[in-house]
Amino acid sequence: MELLVSTGAHASRKLRWLSVHSVAVYAFLYLPIVTLIVYSFNGAGVGGFPPRNLTLNWYRILWQDDPIWVSVQNSLIVAASAVGIALGFGIPAALALDRADFPGKAIFRRLVLLPLILPGIITGLSILMLVNVAQVKLSLWTIILGHGTALISVATTEVFAGLQKLDRAQEEASLDLGANYWQTFWRITLPNLKLPIIGAALLIFTLSMDEIAVSFFLIGRDNTLPLEIWGRLRRGITPEINAISTVIFVFSLVAIVLWYRMRMPAEIPAEMPAENSVSYL
Amino acid sequence: MALLSVRNVAKSFGKTQVLRDISLEVAEGEFLTILGESGSGKTTLLRIVAGFEQATSGELWMDGERLDALPPYKRRVNTVFQHYALFPHMTIEANVGYGLHIAGVPKAETTTRVEEALAMIKMTAHAKKKPSKISGGQQQRVALARALVNRPKLLLLDEPLSALDANLRRQMQIELKALQREVGIAFVFITHDQEEAMVMSDRIALLRGGNLEQIAAPREIYNRPATAYVAQFIGHTNLLRGRVEKGIAHCGSMSWPVSLADGPCAFSVRPENIRVATSPANGAVGFEGKLLNQAFHGATELLRVETSDKSVFSVRVAGMGTQGLANTLKLEFSPQDAIPVRDAEAT
Repeated sequence: MELLVSTGAHASRKLRWLSVHSVAVYAFLYLPIVTLIVYSFNGAGVGGFPPRNLTLNWYRILWQDDPIWVSVQNSLIVAASAVGIALGFGIPAALALDRADFPGKAIFRRLVLLPLILPGIITGLSILMLVNVAQVKLSLWTIILGHGTALISVATTEVFAGLQKLDRAQEEASLDLGANYWQTFWRITLPNLKLPIIGAALLIFTLSMDEIAVSFFLIGRDNTLPLEIWGRLRRGITPEINAISTVIFVFSLVAIVLWYRMRMPAEIPAEMPAENSVSYL
Repeated sequence: MALLSVRNVAKSFGKTQVLRDISLEVAEGEFLTILGESGSGKTTLLRIVAGFEQATSGELWMDGERLDALPPYKRRVNTVFQHYALFPHMTIEANVGYGLHIAGVPKAETTTRVEEALAMIKMTAHAKKKPSKISGGQQQRVALARALVNRPKLLLLDEPLSALDANLRRQMQIELKALQREVGIAFVFITHDQEEAMVMSDRIALLRGGNLEQIAAPREIYNRPATAYVAQFIGHTNLLRGRVEKGIAHCGSMSWPVSLADGPCAFSVRPENIRVATSPANGAVGFEGKLLNQAFHGATELLRVETSDKSVFSVRVAGMGTQGLANTLKLEFSPQDAIPVRDAEAT
């Protein structure tokens, strides 16, 4: 009896610790974001607690702040182009890794995946040196080049994972039914890779949008959004920065929700249950 | 004339040889089953015919044309895959119409032929569904329709029934056989299930470890198995090993006249060809044994009988009533029911 009571008390103490621990972790993760959003409505500038004179004024200022919107536009151009470059090279690389057998395949794999672990400083600096040697002027183009090439590895890993899960018998069935290799790729392989490709695109887009290290070395006269914000921080922070951050946060949230909505109906009743669905949890 | 002719085909993956010198022919409209255990090379042989694998040596001919030189998409051969391999992103209708669409068949004709095919497999109501929304048995029928709608000369089926439950499977065996007769297309059907092979086939080719053991009609392969392995794999049998000396076979305590050369020998005697001895001296080979086990199967009973030299015989008899265990039974079989078989272990 005594034993039972003591284990019960022990268990509830453990549970309490677990709750405290969880709350602490979540607070650490999300409190900064909450603070950021709350202070974007703070009429009294960035400092002071609690927030006072709640206002939408910073959003109005943001709305009229052309340099910010130019930098947002630049970032979107860079991110979209990076997606194009990374997928354009990453999909064939993934196909080669999955299907082809060629001498030096192991080296090829490592070379393709290396940028994934390479610090952005190294990537940025080395592209800067290359660009200098080639005597190309720094501009958005050099940033696009930097982001695009650095993110090929992301596209490759994502698409490669998708290819590994693909049922090869489907492609054989297509060949068997009279479609040649090219037709089979367009009609069977690619549609089945839709989700990994969209996933890779979203990931690359996001990574490019908030990239600083590589951009920092390759920036010309046109700022990307993170560099614009960085530049302003040095001159003193205003809640306008909080406002633009909040806008980005809301957009990201909507994008994530849309992405989940899109993949859910496609994947729950998928061909192979158990072992595959686990990886999405 | 043979529709498909497989000539001395061999296949190795690295150092592993999975097929050795396979030669066989498939006639127009024939239902040929390739039977074998897993690892016997049956799926590899099918994949070579479909064009997904290249034979290491040997040739394939179809209608007087070299088949193995063609890529899979130019062969007038279609396949029903083991797990159906339906295209998950297309409707049932689009799956079935895929081959016709690729071949550039006019749209109106494609529509009609797809409708006919769906009607044939009773799937018209599901035409607009995706494959994940229909049952395994239905997927299996769609896979069949998707292949047959192209009117191939030869249809390959890779264990298409193995994923179905026992009842559905028996029903599909009969339906598939009926369908094959109706369309008149030659089927090459792969299975590891000998009963399935017996029920459906015109001929059975039995593979073992990459070798073709025997190819014959079900009755013949059952009644005249060429090797000890075939005799044991197709149905139950009793295998007697011994020696032939001066035209007399000696196996344990039994002996009977045979027309074989002297040397080691093996015979297959089916359980139903052994009977309880009635009158002696009718030319039958008699022996005695102790009853180990009696299993009642309805119309027949299966006895297990141990002889004095400790070999165990299976004996199938019709309704003999309950016997006391350990009773001694007098049994016999006719010499012509002892089928001489080649036996790898005896040599």
